[in-house]
Amino acid sequence: MKVLVPVKRAVDYNVKIRVKSDNSGVELNNVKMSMNPFDEIAIEEATKLKEAGKVIEIIAVSIGPAKAQETIRTAMAIGADRGILIETDAPTDIGGVEPLAVAKTLKAIVEKENPDFIIMGKQSIDDDSNQTGQMLAALLGWSQGTFASEVEIADGKAIVTREIDGGLETIELKMPAIITTDLRLNEPRYASLPNIMKAKKKELEVMKPEDLGIDFTPRLSVVSVNEPEERVGGGKVADVDELLDKLKNEAKVI
Amino acid sequence: MSILVIAEHNHQSIKPVTLNVVAAAKVLGDDIHVLVAGTDCQGAADAASKIDGVSKVLKSDAPELQKRLAENLAPLITKLAESYSHILAPASTFGKNVMPRVAAHLDTQQISDITKIIDADTFERPIYAGNAIATVQSSDAKKVITVRGTAFDPTAAEGGSASIEDVASEGDAGLSSFVKQELSESDRPELTAAEIVVSGGRGVGSEESFDMLEKLADKLGAAVGASRAAVDAGYVPNDYQVGQTGKVVAPQLYVAIGISGAIQHLAGMKGSKVIVAINKDEEAPIFNVADYGLVGDLFDIVPELTEKL
Ligand SMILES: Cc1cc2nc3c(=O)[nH]c(=O)nc-3n(C[C@H](O)[C@H](O)[C@H](O)COP(=O)(O)OP(=O)(O)OC[C@H]3O[C@@H](n4cnc5c(N)ncnc54)[C@H](O)[C@@H]3O)c2cc1C
Ligand SMILES: Nc1ncnc2c1ncn2[C@@H]1O[C@H](COP(=O)(O)O)[C@@H](O)[C@H]1O
Repeated sequence: MKVLVPVKRAVDYNVKIRVKSDNSGVELNNVKMSMNPFDEIAIEEATKLKEAGKVIEIIAVSIGPAKAQETIRTAMAIGADRGILIETDAPTDIGGVEPLAVAKTLKAIVEKENPDFIIMGKQSIDDDSNQTGQMLAALLGWSQGTFASEVEIADGKAIVTREIDGGLETIELKMPAIITTDLRLNEPRYASLPNIMKAKKKELEVMKPEDLGIDFTPRLSVVSVNEPEERVGGGKVADVDELLDKLKNEAKVI
Repeated sequence: MSILVIAEHNHQSIKPVTLNVVAAAKVLGDDIHVLVAGTDCQGAADAASKIDGVSKVLKSDAPELQKRLAENLAPLITKLAESYSHILAPASTFGKNVMPRVAAHLDTQQISDITKIIDADTFERPIYAGNAIATVQSSDAKKVITVRGTAFDPTAAEGGSASIEDVASEGDAGLSSFVKQELSESDRPELTAAEIVVSGGRGVGSEESFDMLEKLADKLGAAVGASRAAVDAGYVPNDYQVGQTGKVVAPQLYVAIGISGAIQHLAGMKGSKVIVAINKDEEAPIFNVADYGLVGDLFDIVPELTEKL
């Protein structure tokens, strides 16, 4: 089976971001960027399925700037066989390429590549949208297994355990299917040096949105981006008695 | 045009978050309809008809709607959407699962997790784990929206007397089926609706030690939450996770025990009215957002606190 794994270049999860002084967005110059963590989990899962003999080819796809090639190379160092970059200078966090446009782009790639299924992240940690996988499933008319903590592919079906608000739910999906990853699906490996070297030689195709006929014009215009209200904390109490006293008599919450 | 709210329910009754979503709908307009899609869901439809401010309930009762499979539910919502300007659902795992599917069918860019409504086209939503707040204006003809429940005070569950109208399901798409579920059972309040939340992190150290927090929670009538690290370590089930990629809570009192305060965790609890932090490391970032920080060993503090309550 052939699997497609969309991977997004996003701010590294350890970065404390700053809002741009003109309130037009978030400052990404000279900020560490990495693969969106949920996409790392996706590529790890695809790689495991390949190691288990269920997958023969993994294609990593990214929509983003030229530098997103690094993200694709990282995916290759974990296990992707080849990569496709749809290159754009439009922002991919906000006010640029939105989830609907990403889903349409991925649909065009699916139509060229005919994968048997897709594994992708549940959420980008920059735009926090949690939309693209579900949208792509709708556009393709495919089934979806979102927020997966366990995936089993067998007999032309996918059995997916999902992390839901009440606990866990298991569903069966007809293939082709889209699976989106949650945190407990696996622990992504660190790429080894030889695999990083090998990744440099793998095939990486670069395309433009125009090649696919996709319109990236955003539907949501950014009015402004602001810092959240700062929470004033830092208060301390000496012991349990003082804590109880404050909660009862000052905060009046117990 | 009218506004459609997609109810979250368990067929017999309405989940509290639906009341928060109706509250958001009220900011947008005054002809609010609620869709109750389920199986044998008269009970939930009756409850929805009593919500203050709701003028009509659409009830779609069919076997294929029982397990809320997005593949079966999205075509129904998409069809109904024709008559509405805004379609709203909670930003819960239920709403997150189904709404983007609806948005794609409608060729609309969904607006996720809104925390404020500026006007019919303009909304605030947190991005980057709540470290920035974006105000966005939609140019789409219809708005497909998920609502952060904690950002809107719930509307009254009683007081309305909406009519209930039956609508046909769009059938079973035949793409997915339900196998089983393992729901966490608890007599405690629901995490996202609780007045008090007691949360534990990696510092709690084991599943057994979490009992200590549960005892404290029971004394306080609180729900129990956790950090990602505590869930990953298997101390508690996944549905306890509070944070950027888990649940967002905003109780009157949040007690963070053995939690360092990573930005991803803060994203889920920064909106709490009062925050207490118990941590042995006085440099832990959680203290920067805490109203009352207590530096010390949780294994001494938590039992003493429980005892003295
Ligand atoms: C993509 C992504 C998504 C994420 N989403 C979330 C999310 O939704 N929610 C979330 O919580 N995290 C999330 N995280 C993880 C987050 O980055 C942190 O790793 C996590 O919150 C840390 O959990 P913790 O505070 O329990 O553990 P730690 O950071 O290890 O902190 C444990 C704390 O316990 C204290 N402690 C230890 N022993 C004691 C004792 N005996 N008495 C008192 N204090 C003690 C220590 O001083 C320390 O401060 C996410 C990470 C990524 C990459
Ligand atoms: N620009 C992009 N390039 C590749 N994949 C993306 C892109 N944007 C989103 N995705 C995929 O869609 C998932 C969900 O993203 P989102 O809907 O933005 O929260 C991510 O985890 C990625 O797998």
